[in-house]
Amino acid sequence: MPFLEAVRLAFAQIRVQKLKSFFTLLGVMIGVMFLIAVVSIVEGMSKYMEEDFAGKMLGVNSFTLRRRPEAQFGNVSEATWREYQRRPLIYKSDVDQVRPALPSGVLASVENMTFTYASTPYNRPRQVQAVGAEESYVAIKGYKLTAGRTFTAQEVSYGSKVLVIGTEVAEHFFPSLDPLGRELRIGGVPYLVVGLLEKQGSLFGFSLDRLAIGPWTSPISRITNPRGDIDGFLVKAPNAALLADAMEEARSVMRSSRHLAPAVPDNFALESSESALTFFAQLKGQMVAFGTALPAIGLIVGAIVIMNIMLVAVAERTREIGIRKALGAKRRDIMRQFLVESASLSVLGAALGIALGIGMAKVVAAVSPLPARVAPWSIPMAVLLGAGVGIVAGLYPASRAARLDPIAALRQE
Amino acid sequence: MNDKQPDATLSTTGEHSLSSTAERQAVVQAPGATPGKDWVIVTRGLKREYDMGGEIVRALRGVDLAIRRNEYVAIMGPSGSGKSTLMNLIGCLDTPTAGEYWLNGTLVSRMSDDELARVRNKEIGFVFQTFNLLPRATALHNVELPLVYAGISSDERKRRAKHALEQVQLEHRMLHRPNELSGGQRQRVAIARALVNNPSILLADEPTGNLDSQTSEEIMRVFENLADSGQTVIMVTHEPDIAAHARRVVVLRDGIVASDDRRSAFKQSMGIS
Repeated sequence: MPFLEAVRLAFAQIRVQKLKSFFTLLGVMIGVMFLIAVVSIVEGMSKYMEEDFAGKMLGVNSFTLRRRPEAQFGNVSEATWREYQRRPLIYKSDVDQVRPALPSGVLASVENMTFTYASTPYNRPRQVQAVGAEESYVAIKGYKLTAGRTFTAQEVSYGSKVLVIGTEVAEHFFPSLDPLGRELRIGGVPYLVVGLLEKQGSLFGFSLDRLAIGPWTSPISRITNPRGDIDGFLVKAPNAALLADAMEEARSVMRSSRHLAPAVPDNFALESSESALTFFAQLKGQMVAFGTALPAIGLIVGAIVIMNIMLVAVAERTREIGIRKALGAKRRDIMRQFLVESASLSVLGAALGIALGIGMAKVVAAVSPLPARVAPWSIPMAVLLGAGVGIVAGLYPASRAARLDPIAALRQE
Repeated sequence: MNDKQPDATLSTTGEHSLSSTAERQAVVQAPGATPGKDWVIVTRGLKREYDMGGEIVRALRGVDLAIRRNEYVAIMGPSGSGKSTLMNLIGCLDTPTAGEYWLNGTLVSRMSDDELARVRNKEIGFVFQTFNLLPRATALHNVELPLVYAGISSDERKRRAKHALEQVQLEHRMLHRPNELSGGQRQRVAIARALVNNPSILLADEPTGNLDSQTSEEIMRVFENLADSGQTVIMVTHEPDIAAHARRVVVLRDGIVASDDRRSAFKQSMGIS
């Protein structure tokens, strides 16, 4: 019997018993649905990591010299944590040593950061992300200004009380006003708004537009770093090769200034977007593994359901099998008929599951901060998986049908 | 259920037939009955034994039978005489425990399941007592079925199936399902299905067993016409008046051929002429 004939027959059978067929493919449908949804969410997160997180938070081709890594994924052991606590803080003296060692063409800036309340006469006080930085910070982060200017090197050396603010800060504190030239108070100290940043959007549901960036030498540092230390020293290279050079230079300067013996590990961290992404790649693998394990159980249950229903179908249609055999159906014809039928059921379930899974991913993306993005490869994979589940589930019932004795089968009522 | 009555009549037939051994010898063990062109069926010492929980049941105990092309043969016998077993063997649904069976000059008694399936598809057209049509398929599709397994293209299948249905005057009902057809119509669909592959033998198992007498006559006329047009027809029945339509009647008893009569002799013995 030609393959297409078998497919036609299978769909005729499915159409005749719509409800029964639906319940049969329910397991596969649910399994595939969750599979697609999970893969979409993981894929969405990883795209997000690569495009937004790495770029916006850490920056491409950049690294940060810190006391300890900030972007920390997974579990940090107690011992590691205690080691972090024992590390010396980073001070201006460290940064002043590292800065001249960096290759030319590399931008660098101190980056001190904290959430604190700001106020204006125009609205209620509200928390903003206060950043103490240097004149190159806006360029390093790739921020664009929609109005005004960023602060200058002179303003940094004087410790001038000037700010560049994000859109949310501008909208909240200066409702329907031009923020440029107005005062924004941080910790009670008035700052002059000199520049307005372009809208950045959000990351994992956190707004990136609540920024207020000022010179780190200004009084803002008394709020961000009351101990007088430096949170991070951000370095951006124009390319990956120069980045590696810069990192090596920074490391060697830091190690020698801290008198670290060759066998002693660094007591500071050089955190790059690559290291975060590498870690995320591992995390993604784990998420895929765990995220697909549960739907896989659904698929196994689906396979068992299909197998049972197919066994019932073989028993119900024994006489039909007898007739077909009497008329010249070979074992492989019967085998193919039942295999195609179970595979068709399963693929149909997978197709419904794909549609629902995509819908589910869209709903998750819409109602939660989790990003979701349907991976194109997951659709053919789900179809193949469906066909595979159907064939595996159909194998035993189909071979039973194929081995039926035509005489006994014809006698069956 | 109504096995009793025919049995009674058969016992007399059997006795009568055994007396005409000479004729039986002439037909059954004709020296010329070598498997070949003229002889569509030749069996030699066909035996079939079943193992029923340790007890060996000998359904056929050595059947020698030769049937020429174009013959119209009825196989009769009481329950347990082995006629169903013989029909299954002739129909290539089963293989003998011992003995040989040539169909169209080919030894089929040692074939594998799939080879037998191919032979059934090409050489044998079955007509069953219970029609055995696929309930959810139209008459046309039922008739197409053997052609599907012969690997014939869809258009050709439709054409030939229509033609076969025309032969049994059912072309106007071809898109109806079996449950929308009368018993006689169903059996005619089954006959069309049996004929669609131009088989060597039309093998009918109690073809009128589920039909009233008027419809039975109608079906027997179809068989008669087919036999007249040169189709080899073998019919298994326990009804003497149905068997009487055949031109040769083979009676089985206890797994062996008890009698083998030409039409005239049988008709006389039955008091029909």
